[in-house]
Amino acid sequence: MLLVECGDTIDPVVNERAIVLARRLRARGGRGIRDIVPGYCTVGIHFDPLQVDLVALERAIDEASRDLPSIEALPDRPVTEIEVAYGGAGGPDLDAVADACGCSPADVIAKHTGRIYRVYMLGFVPGFAYMGRVDPSIVMPRHRVPRERVPAGSVGIAGEQTGVYPIETPGGWQLIGRTPAKMFDPGRTPASLLAPGDLVRFVAHRGAA
Amino acid sequence: MALVILRPGLLSTVQDLGRFGHQASGVSVAGPMDVFSHRLANQLVGNEPDAATIEVTLIGPEIEFETDTTIAIAGAQFDVACEGRLVPIGASVAVSHGQRLRFGRLHQGARAYLAVAGGLKTPPVLGSRATHLVSHIGGLEGRALAAGDRLPIDEGAPVVPARKSIGLTLPTGGRTRLRVMRGPQDEWFAPEAFQALSSVSFRVSPRSNRMGYRLEGPPLVRSRDGEPISEPVGMGAIQVPGAGEPILLMADHQTAGGYPKIGYVISADLPLAGQLAPGDFVEFVACTRQDAVGALIARERQLLRHSGLRGA
Repeated sequence: MLLVECGDTIDPVVNERAIVLARRLRARGGRGIRDIVPGYCTVGIHFDPLQVDLVALERAIDEASRDLPSIEALPDRPVTEIEVAYGGAGGPDLDAVADACGCSPADVIAKHTGRIYRVYMLGFVPGFAYMGRVDPSIVMPRHRVPRERVPAGSVGIAGEQTGVYPIETPGGWQLIGRTPAKMFDPGRTPASLLAPGDLVRFVAHRGAA
Repeated sequence: MALVILRPGLLSTVQDLGRFGHQASGVSVAGPMDVFSHRLANQLVGNEPDAATIEVTLIGPEIEFETDTTIAIAGAQFDVACEGRLVPIGASVAVSHGQRLRFGRLHQGARAYLAVAGGLKTPPVLGSRATHLVSHIGGLEGRALAAGDRLPIDEGAPVVPARKSIGLTLPTGGRTRLRVMRGPQDEWFAPEAFQALSSVSFRVSPRSNRMGYRLEGPPLVRSRDGEPISEPVGMGAIQVPGAGEPILLMADHQTAGGYPKIGYVISADLPLAGQLAPGDFVEFVACTRQDAVGALIARERQLLRHSGLRGA
């Protein structure tokens, strides 16, 4: 695997550059290129060393790196809305987050729904999008001991990040709500609801919490 | 037509070369832990390398065939019998409708691959039949095989018997040497860490699985605290969490990781890593990129040489 560094910070512009570079390299294709994966500020290129000329690949990366954007996102990028039932059994940590942040559960909901988040990258499990950044006043560390089972659809906060668990897995994020949205469905095209660079807004489901 | 799992063994899964092309959506590649033996088994029955096989782990299954077909087993040295007849590892063997194949004692290695002429025809998911256990994708319902499972196969196509004497050289006495290239975060480690990495044996912890091997040994001292920003990772990466206990990422690894990586096991040696079991020992040896490519070419030649042995 070859790793291309576009920067060393979690920053929307750096992330956008990594995503555009990955897109360009994917469009170029080439024999022996198995997968091209953008991260927060890097692009991973998985390749077959016996089929790929590394010198040519490095030259292609240099070419594709020219004129990368200096903006976070095009202004017309659509916003995906994700409906969330905050609190209750689906959001067992909502009250504790509110307590720790010195505000009411309703304030936490207002702050979580009050921003548009950027999908920086996907990882952990299929369809799990790392989104940021949450309002500084509701930044919370992960649980010291992760839960053994976090149900699918759980919406969580960890540090400045927020995300939705697509399937039931162990997990340490602070769970504040649950969504019926299907984050990942291998029978659907595209299988993942969210892709790197997407914009997301959480919407409070009426009658919840 | 199908083969039926009578007893599943410890951990038997359907694998092909892996689910590439979807890591940007967080979809792990999965695929065989020992890709060389998977390919060899396929080659012995005339399959393409990407045909699905059964990966067998430490304790093998018992299987009944509902059709005449040709099979081959490659990888770990198991005693395998079919109706009282010994089934050699690394050779193609004809089996008949109603016959039962039983894996017995394991002598060397950890994982074997059972290929059937035409390959296993479980439904592909996102272009691959590979089982990824954590995300429940691929294979049969995304899980390990269980008693009573039926795996669709082609009706017996005639295959020229083939024999392969040059399989993977399996770890002997539970010890393996793996070649490693540095990086991509080698600057996160103190010089002693590299010295320790290349001079000490690490033991594969019982807390190891298809996602990765935890390696027990002296902690690899880091020169920096904190964690790098999570980035795409590949099989063979040696991640070092804060406590200094390295984790060797294997076939089912997550698509990205946030621990510094002191190095990568070279592609040519990954099949050997796939033959390790908990309690085995591993030593790492530094390797240049040039030597890594050379080693991979040599590995590839082993498979090519076999093509010429067809029908022997």
